[in-house]
Amino acid sequence: MADSGGPEAAQLSSNDPKGELGDVIPEEARSLLRKMEISVAEAEKRTGKNAVNMLETYTVYLIETRRVDSSAENQNFSPDSLWRRYSEFELLRNYLLVTYPFVIVPPLPEKRAEFVWHKLSADNMDPDFVERRRIGLENFLLRVASHPILSNDKIFYDFLTEENGWKEEVMETGFQPKADSRLKALNATFRVKNPDKRFTELKHYSDELQSVTSQLLRVRARVADRLYGVYKVHGNYGRVFSEWSAIEREMGDGLQSAGHHMDAYAASIDDILEEEENYADQLKEYLFYAEALKAVCRKHELLQYELETAAQDLMSKKQQREELASGTVRTFSLKGMTSKLFGQETPEQREAKMRVLEEQIQEGEELLQEKKTECDEYVRNAWSDMERFTVQKDRDLREAMISYAVMQISMCKKGIQVWTNAKECFSKM
Amino acid sequence: MSSNLTAAGFPTQALTGEMLELDEDDDLEVFSKDVTLTDGSSVSASLPTSPSSMTNQYRFEEESDARDIFVTVDNPESHVTALETFITYRVVTKTTRSDFDSCEYEVRRRYQDFLWLRDRLEETHPTLIVHPLPEKFVMKGMVERFNNDFIETRRKALHKFLCRIAEHSILSCNADFKIFLTAQAWELTSHKKQGPGLLSRMGDTVRAVAASVRGVKNRPEEFVAMQEYVDTFSQRMGSLDKVTQRIFKEMKEYLDDLKQYGPTYVLWSGSEEELVEPLKGVAGCIDKCCQATEEQLSQMSDNLVPLLHEYVLCSDTIKAVLRRRDNIQTEYEAKYDILVNKQADREALTETEDLSIMLGRLLGKVPEEARQQQEQRLHGQIEELKGEVEKLEDKVECANSALKGDWERWQSKMRGDVKAGFVSTAQKNIDYHEKCLAVWESFLTSVNADQSVEKSAGLNS
Repeated sequence: MADSGGPEAAQLSSNDPKGELGDVIPEEARSLLRKMEISVAEAEKRTGKNAVNMLETYTVYLIETRRVDSSAENQNFSPDSLWRRYSEFELLRNYLLVTYPFVIVPPLPEKRAEFVWHKLSADNMDPDFVERRRIGLENFLLRVASHPILSNDKIFYDFLTEENGWKEEVMETGFQPKADSRLKALNATFRVKNPDKRFTELKHYSDELQSVTSQLLRVRARVADRLYGVYKVHGNYGRVFSEWSAIEREMGDGLQSAGHHMDAYAASIDDILEEEENYADQLKEYLFYAEALKAVCRKHELLQYELETAAQDLMSKKQQREELASGTVRTFSLKGMTSKLFGQETPEQREAKMRVLEEQIQEGEELLQEKKTECDEYVRNAWSDMERFTVQKDRDLREAMISYAVMQISMCKKGIQVWTNAKECFSKM
Repeated sequence: MSSNLTAAGFPTQALTGEMLELDEDDDLEVFSKDVTLTDGSSVSASLPTSPSSMTNQYRFEEESDARDIFVTVDNPESHVTALETFITYRVVTKTTRSDFDSCEYEVRRRYQDFLWLRDRLEETHPTLIVHPLPEKFVMKGMVERFNNDFIETRRKALHKFLCRIAEHSILSCNADFKIFLTAQAWELTSHKKQGPGLLSRMGDTVRAVAASVRGVKNRPEEFVAMQEYVDTFSQRMGSLDKVTQRIFKEMKEYLDDLKQYGPTYVLWSGSEEELVEPLKGVAGCIDKCCQATEEQLSQMSDNLVPLLHEYVLCSDTIKAVLRRRDNIQTEYEAKYDILVNKQADREALTETEDLSIMLGRLLGKVPEEARQQQEQRLHGQIEELKGEVEKLEDKVECANSALKGDWERWQSKMRGDVKAGFVSTAQKNIDYHEKCLAVWESFLTSVNADQSVEKSAGLNS
């Protein structure tokens, strides 16, 4: 569950003051992690009254930060720490989503346990779940802290360091109403006339990524369940061998000790599958990343739509001006109808109208320019983050698969060990 | 367990009869050591364990064999007649025994013939442990009678059955066994018809039921212990059988889900660029593990499952043997009781007046004559009974010692089979995990190789 080269990168960069390894370590090393170590060290249960004055139990997580001074010999700064709960992490993330819409914002670990195989608890209070969540939250912080843009955000920095008043600070940025209006617009249906081909492809990719990772997680959970069954039933051999050994003179010892190995075999699956859960978490992260990717595409779509709408509006205004100037009515308008019914306008009226139109066209031109700039900037930034993300994703998933292979190898070796021991016991019977 | 070898490497006669039979298996039965009390130990550490390899069938052991008869069962063929379809197996006998006219025989036999042979052996030797036959039908899983795996499993079991008979110093000399091995099909059919008639067999059964109702009075300690052992053993075997079937089922379900796992990675690789190689690599590994799992499943059902099944049947056989022994003892005890009663009658005759004497008086016979007649009658009966009791006592003695001897032999064989079976199972599991290990290790090597190729390409560019 390594971050995208964060602390590792920080260490590397501290050995490389001239930045010669710059190719290998991207901008991440020049980010916040260069200056501080971040970890989510502990989790604790708390009870308190919630908004509706009811008693609730929730978990808080200890965020520890420590200044890292690459020049100092003895880095013995004591860490600062504060407690945060999951909902505060969510608040931080929502803020980042609104403030940096073109960034593929790292996802949080899941709120509720999904893709569980039967032995794994789906209970949020279960210690294993809490532990995996703690790791997930730490991973989230490290990813944000190593992002070239996000890591410089003050609200993020204060999240890590300011225990009190952080919530108010976030609210004061006014991101919430912006988020709400944006959300409304994003959820509306709209159609873009000239979609950007790259973003369309990106959207397809994010859909595919989402669907394939969720399918993979489902199948993996089922396979884990079955494997659990296979291993556990072997424990019955242990029991029966032990009972049988009681009536055998010569074979008794052999059976008894072989039985113990069968018990060990049955027990070994617990650790194996717990480790595999880490792999599942890595996949889940990218399942959620796919969602973030989709959001970036969607936001671009909205911008594109707004741009097109602005252009459209401007064009129709210009057309109106032309009609007014030439006196012909090519487009149906209420003014046209009223003038037909109630007689033509006076030259003064026409002039007044012309002035209004000119103003509107001026504003329209400016708005169009704004929107165009906004869109271009968005595309530029989004694309740069997309490239960064792709490099990170390819590296992370490759490593994940390697570690999966390592886990499989370890599992096979354990199996060989147990059965070799059992075979020896049988041979000595 | 020690092996006593002479300087030349040939085993001497071991006195304890304990065997060290490593790597014994079905087809090796033909050439492996005899398991009667008089044979020596053998150590054969270098023998491969594969039970079904045909090449093992004709492997020759260097130790001298006390065996002079070898039997194999192979070559199943199906026969279709107007009335039925059935399978016959080729039975080949090689022997140096003088009571055989030839030294090699080849006949074809069907399952029914094996059943007949076993029944005859049990009738002739009621307290010997005759190896069980595979079951007539397999109801679980609805295996077809003509399915290849079923036929092969059955063939192996039939082979083992005949080998066990051939190795048995008493059973191998049985006349019916000889006929089974040597007679032509029509000869066997006519011989079968000559067996004890239906009525006499019914009589046996009635006697047996009556005896078991009466119950045996003084079962010797060792047979009590034997009964206890068999009862527990039978339960354990049943449990092991069930556990193994369950493992098989779970593993099959695991395989079914695993088969969907690999293709998902392939699907993913379709959307990716840089990740195509590792994704396809993982998919390939999973598919190869599926193959290994299939192989593991099939060898489970070929080896461990039939072995456990066989010993469940063995327990039933031994329980029946113990019952028959009890019946023999009961028969003896019953007769003995009658004798005792008759002797008591004779005692009483010398002391008090008998009703028949009184009757004799009434009818005018001389009392003394009547009493003498009575005494003579009783005496005759008692002498007859004594003879019968002696015969039955002998019968009990024979039955007991036959069973005692065979019990040791059976236990030793059982230990050999169990050990070989479990060692082989463990080895197969090791092989399975090693196959999977190799698959994932080669994936790692190739993925890391890719990475270093990329890195060096990057540095060079």
